[in-house]
Amino acid sequence: MLELLWLIPVLPLAGAFVLGVAGRRWSQRSVVLVGVGSTGLSFATALGVAAAFAELPAEQIPVVKSYFTWLAAGSFRIEAAFLLDQLSLLMVLVVTGVGFLIHVYSVGYMAHEGGYYRFFAYLNLFMFFMLVLVLAANYVLLFVGWEGVGLCSYLLIGFYFLRQSAADAGKKAFIVNRIGDFGFTLALLLMFWTFGSLDFTSVFARAADLPVESAAWGQAGILTAISLLLFAGAVGKSAQIPLYVWLPDAMEGPTPVSALIHAATMVAAGVYMVARSHVLFAHAPFALMAVAVIGCLTAFYAASIGLVQNDIKRVLAYSTVSQLGYMFLGLGAGAFAAGIFHLMTHAFFKALLFLGAGSVIHAMHGQQDIRHMGELRKKIPATFWTFLLATLAITGIPGFSGFFSKDEILWQTLISPSLRFGWLLWLAGLVAAMLTSFYMFRLVFLTFCGQGRYTPETARKVHESPRVMTAPLAVLAFLSVVGGWVGIPAVLGEPLGISNWFEHYLEPVFAPSTEILHASAMTHSHSEELGLMGLTVLITLAGLGVAYTFYLRNPELANQIAETFRGPYRVLVNKYYVDEIYHAVVVRPLHWLSERVFWQVVDVGVVDGAANGAADRARQLGAWARRLQSGNTRSYGAWVVVGTLVVLSYFYFGKEYLFR
Amino acid sequence: MVPLSYYLVLSAVLFGLGVVGFLLKRSVITIFMSIELMLNAVNLAFVAFSYQWQALSGQVYVFFVIVVAAAEAAVGLAIIILVFRNRASLNVERLDSMKW
Repeated sequence: MLELLWLIPVLPLAGAFVLGVAGRRWSQRSVVLVGVGSTGLSFATALGVAAAFAELPAEQIPVVKSYFTWLAAGSFRIEAAFLLDQLSLLMVLVVTGVGFLIHVYSVGYMAHEGGYYRFFAYLNLFMFFMLVLVLAANYVLLFVGWEGVGLCSYLLIGFYFLRQSAADAGKKAFIVNRIGDFGFTLALLLMFWTFGSLDFTSVFARAADLPVESAAWGQAGILTAISLLLFAGAVGKSAQIPLYVWLPDAMEGPTPVSALIHAATMVAAGVYMVARSHVLFAHAPFALMAVAVIGCLTAFYAASIGLVQNDIKRVLAYSTVSQLGYMFLGLGAGAFAAGIFHLMTHAFFKALLFLGAGSVIHAMHGQQDIRHMGELRKKIPATFWTFLLATLAITGIPGFSGFFSKDEILWQTLISPSLRFGWLLWLAGLVAAMLTSFYMFRLVFLTFCGQGRYTPETARKVHESPRVMTAPLAVLAFLSVVGGWVGIPAVLGEPLGISNWFEHYLEPVFAPSTEILHASAMTHSHSEELGLMGLTVLITLAGLGVAYTFYLRNPELANQIAETFRGPYRVLVNKYYVDEIYHAVVVRPLHWLSERVFWQVVDVGVVDGAANGAADRARQLGAWARRLQSGNTRSYGAWVVVGTLVVLSYFYFGKEYLFR
Repeated sequence: MVPLSYYLVLSAVLFGLGVVGFLLKRSVITIFMSIELMLNAVNLAFVAFSYQWQALSGQVYVFFVIVVAAAEAAVGLAIIILVFRNRASLNVERLDSMKW
């Protein structure tokens, strides 16, 4: 079955190709057959590969399959090669599994939209690039997938390209990502310069031999530089401070796209990439610290914006940014497995939340403002219950998947031996958890509970989504609940005889880094861990309670509070004015520079000037020279005589005499 | 025996007269005759050299030139007749419509 590894990405590529070339005239049924079928087959192949992988002896892992030499220049070779280990297998399963469910959901969601074939072609193409990204065995191939998913993201955000805001959002996503990718490319160059290779295996092997670098900024070395530049790429792709601004705008795309690309898979690519480069980061404590701090700041910051947003998808977008921040916090704390664990559970519950939101929007005929919702609980029960389960999962109610992963990250942050001020980051993470709980339950209460804030006419038209949409919701709800059970922490699992399967599963991948980072780990008593776990739960419940008081028991209270703290409220509603600041500090000066200098001076003056000037000279010369053709036979004759005399005198006097 | 230089000087004088006539005269017929004069000046030089070096090829060339000149006269005179029919003039300064 392992021989079929290449089929996993190639199947969606074939689907995208067929749909893109021939899909325009097809019926929806045929488009679905190809679009969803290719992804389904890909998922089935991934399951088969996983089964075969499970039987491999440990010394044969990682499996590297090289298919052909893509680039060869002297000693520099880039193979089109896939690497299969526990980490990439997990990512493949998450991407194909969640991707397949979202494809199925799209069958219903996009049924009334134009460009059906185009949508599935893009979605399939995205699957291909995402799978290349997670399976790549070297940084160059990873970068191909990385840029490919960026392209698909651009195409799908701008899917409704006739709408100006959608086209702008697509461009914004693409351009903001370029900034991060600039760092990524520099990292690749630096890496090649340092290690002479871009293969995962050889880069990590060589990096592992180097000493761990200093955590101080001034004394850090090349590994810190590479790691920080790689992280810059991750910051762009995974929407962290300061490059997160594209993700909320990306909600202009169709909701399944938000679920697949901007919640579950593509934005997690940065997390995957950092985790994949764990050896480099483990040798660069400063970079690791930066990852943790940026992640923690983002987690808190985005959650605070999410508190006051009124667009159902925007709340979820800020929530995604915040949760990605948690993942980076985990990675930065050196708990790579915890970060990946949260990536997986987040893929389940955030995909579910987005699909649920899509179902709500579908039911409300395009309404996205939660101020105009309410009371939908009884009208669309399947959506409500699945949405509620996902909310319980993301807020970290014990027993649901988010509880295990988020708690693991917070605990690892607190005890991390490599992190200075770990407790401060932990505290910020804790507050962010409370904010998460507040905004998520606010979303649930405003959308599904209380009084309906819409006309009776609208109320009559509200309908539950078709089976093809609710079925993926149910599957994802199941995963959101039980998905965390694979990683039950030892402190809870041991009394029941359950070990932390997930951590053991990823242990071989992260072993080299764990040795470095946790060499000095202290032992912590179980009571400490249990106590902090209880604290997290309490604070989550507090968030729930506040949301309940504000939006259900006393709906006036929220407005009063907003009125009292008008200043901070306005700052939050306007997202800290970051878009405006970026506009004033980056976009406007760039625009000015492009228009006033590069266009009006450089382009008009130098480039056009050179071209037009040369043309002008040529024309003047021609205007003068054409006078020679006078039409007068005798002047032609005179020229012949002059020419003859010149030639004759050349031979008579010799060229030395004439052309001295 | 007449030296070679005499012939050559005569040839050059004839050629120069042809050139001057070509450049100065206005009538197409006269210009045409000037061209014939130049051709025959060259013929004279050919024959003179041929005699001097006792080489026959110079005289062969003269025949070629005479043939070409005859052909040229046939075509040229036909053109001149047509031009005169169309323009009612043979003044070369007024036949200048082929220009920029």
